[in-house]
Amino acid sequence: MARIDLKSLAHSYFPDPKSDEDYALRRMEHVWEDGGAYALLGPSGCGKTTLLNIISGLLTPSEGQVLFDGKDVTKLAPEERNIAQVFQFPVIYDTMTVYENLAFPLRNRGVDSKRVDERVREIAGMLDLSGKLKQKARGLGADEKQTISLGRGLVRDDVSAILFDEPLTVIDPHLKWVLRRKLKEIHNKLRPTMVYVTHDQVEALTFADKVVVMYGGKVVQLGTPQELFENPAHTFVGYFIGSPGMNIMDCKIDDGAAWIDGQRIALSDRHLDAVAKQTGKIELGIRPEFLKLETGDGVSSDNGVPVNITKVEDLGQFKIATTRFGSSDIKVKLGEDTQITGQSGVLRFAPEWTKLYADSQLVA
Amino acid sequence: MNKITNNKAWFLVLPVFFIVAISAIIPLMTVVNYSVQDIFDPQTRFFVGTEWFEQVLADRRLHDALIRQIIYTLSVLLIEVPLGIAVALTLPRKGWGVSASMVLLALPLLIPWNVVGTIWQIFGRADIGLGGYVINMLGIDYNYAQNPMDAWITVLVMDVWHWTSLIVLLCYAGLRSIPDAYYQAAKIDGASNWAVFRFIQLPKMQSVLVIGVLLRFMDSFMIYTEPFVLTGGGPGTATTFLSQFLVTIAVGQFDLGPAAAFSLIYFLIILLVCWVFYTVVMNAGKREEQ
Repeated sequence: MARIDLKSLAHSYFPDPKSDEDYALRRMEHVWEDGGAYALLGPSGCGKTTLLNIISGLLTPSEGQVLFDGKDVTKLAPEERNIAQVFQFPVIYDTMTVYENLAFPLRNRGVDSKRVDERVREIAGMLDLSGKLKQKARGLGADEKQTISLGRGLVRDDVSAILFDEPLTVIDPHLKWVLRRKLKEIHNKLRPTMVYVTHDQVEALTFADKVVVMYGGKVVQLGTPQELFENPAHTFVGYFIGSPGMNIMDCKIDDGAAWIDGQRIALSDRHLDAVAKQTGKIELGIRPEFLKLETGDGVSSDNGVPVNITKVEDLGQFKIATTRFGSSDIKVKLGEDTQITGQSGVLRFAPEWTKLYADSQLVA
Repeated sequence: MNKITNNKAWFLVLPVFFIVAISAIIPLMTVVNYSVQDIFDPQTRFFVGTEWFEQVLADRRLHDALIRQIIYTLSVLLIEVPLGIAVALTLPRKGWGVSASMVLLALPLLIPWNVVGTIWQIFGRADIGLGGYVINMLGIDYNYAQNPMDAWITVLVMDVWHWTSLIVLLCYAGLRSIPDAYYQAAKIDGASNWAVFRFIQLPKMQSVLVIGVLLRFMDSFMIYTEPFVLTGGGPGTATTFLSQFLVTIAVGQFDLGPAAAFSLIYFLIILLVCWVFYTVVMNAGKREEQ
C-alpha cells in the first residue's frame, strides 16, 4: 500500500497545448494518503478517467510527476507500478475457470501455489464466488464476470493501490449496493489505497473516505462527504452533490447585505469581509436543506423573502417545494409532515449556511 | 391454438425450390445417374450397380492422387494458418498503415485463379522468370517443370501467396474486436506476451479461425486451376491432385461412369471432413462452458 503524490501534474492530449482549454487535466498538486479510499467524482468528460489512467500508468502525463511512497513512477508501465485496476466492463479470461482467473495475477508473478490457493479462496469467499470456482468464466452473467474482475483486482495483497474505473456500471442496482458494501468491508479490513472513479454521487459518498470532485479537467474540491455537503468549495460541487443540488443565484453586495432581484438577504460580517475584496461575478448559494419555508396567514416577511410556491413534490421521506421570486427558482427541502398552505410563503436563509461565491469559487 | 392451414404458402417456397433444383439437385442427380449406369447414348444404357465405384476405389492412380492431395492440403493448412495468425498479430492497429496493409493483403485474393497460375508459371521459369532466374543465379538448380520437388514447392508457395491473406484478414477482424481494456488488464495482471496470445487473442480468434480453416481445407482440397496452369500436374503426375485426376478421367478419357462415381466419393470426403471438424470444434466449445 502506498501514498500517492501528484506533483504539478497536468495532461493534454494535444502535442502542443496553448490555452487552458487544451488540457484534459489542468495542473494539480495532491497528496493521497496511504490506505485511504478516494472517489473521483465528476460528470462525463471531466478528466477523471484520464487522471486514473495516469495513476495506473496507462497514460504518461505531459507534465508533472506521480509518486508512490515518494518514488517517482511517472515513466513506469502499469505492470512495473504494482497496481491493480478494475475496468468499467468485465475483463475476464474466457477459456479459464473462475479459479484460474483469480489466480492469474498471482501466478504471473510466480507466487507459490499454496499462497495462490489461500488468496484465491479468501477473495472468492469475500465475493461469494466460492461455489463457482471450478466453472468456466465464459458461461457466467455480466454481474458475475464483473465480480471476477473485482476479485482479480483484490487478489494481490502487495499492490500499491487498487484503481476502479466505474466498476459497477454494468451491475444490477440491487447487486450494486451489495458489491459496494463488500468493497467497503474489504477496505476496512485490508486498508489498501483505493481510487474509485464514478459519476454517481451516491456511490462516491458511500464508498469513499475522501471524495475528489472534478469538473472541466480540474479538481474543484477534495474532502470528506460531509465537507462537500456543508462547505462546497465551488458552485459545481454545490450543484453536483446533494439531491436536489444547491440553490445558486446571482447576487449583488450592497449596504451590508446580498440583493437578489431586489430582495435583501442578510449576511454575516464574515461574509462581508471576505467578499469586499472580490471583483468577479458574485453568486449566493444555499442548500435546500438549510432553507426554511413558512406559510399561512400572518407570516411576517421581516428577515425573509416573500416567494410564490410553484410546485410541491412529495418524495415519501421528505417534500421538495419549488419556490420562485424574481427570476430565481429555489428548491426547499421540507420534512415529510410539513403542511403547505396557499400559493405563497416566506423563505428564511440561515446565515451560517449561506455561501458566497466569486467566479464560482467559495469566498465565505 | 388452432393452427391455420394455408397451402398457398407453398407457392412462396417454389422459387427457392426451383433455383436449388437447377443449381444443385438436378446436376447432382445427373452425376448419381451416371455413376450407376454405363451409358453409350440415350437409348443404350446398362445398369451396372456399384461396379464403377469398385473400379474407382481400386484404382492405384486414385490412391496416389488422394495421398498427394492430403499431403498438399495439410501442408497448406500448416503453413497458412500459423503464418496468417502471425501476420495478423503484427499488423498495425491504427493509422494509415491499416488501410495500406489491407489493400496489399487483399490484392492476391482479387486475382483470378488462372492468372495466379500464369503469374507463377512465368515468375518461376529459369530462363525468363525473375524468381526462377534469381534462384538459379544463386547456384541452386531449380526447375519446376522437371524436378518434382521444385514443382511441389512452387505450387505450395503459390498457394501460400494466394491465400494466406484470407486467414490474415479473418484473424485481423477477430483481433480488432478485442477491447483495449483486455490488453490493459492483462498488462496490469502481469501477463506475458505469450499469455496475452493464449488467453485473450486466441480465444477471440477461435470462431473466425474455424471458418478460415474450413474454407482453406475445402478450397485446397478441390484445387485445380492454379496447378493446372502452373505445372499441368507434372512433372509426370507429381502435382496431379484429385480434381485434375478427375478431369483426366472425365474429359480426357471420357469415362463418364467412373468419373461420376469418383465425383460422388470426392464430394463425400469433403463433406465428411468438414462435418467432423466443425462438430469436434463446436463440441469442444460447449464442453468448456459446462
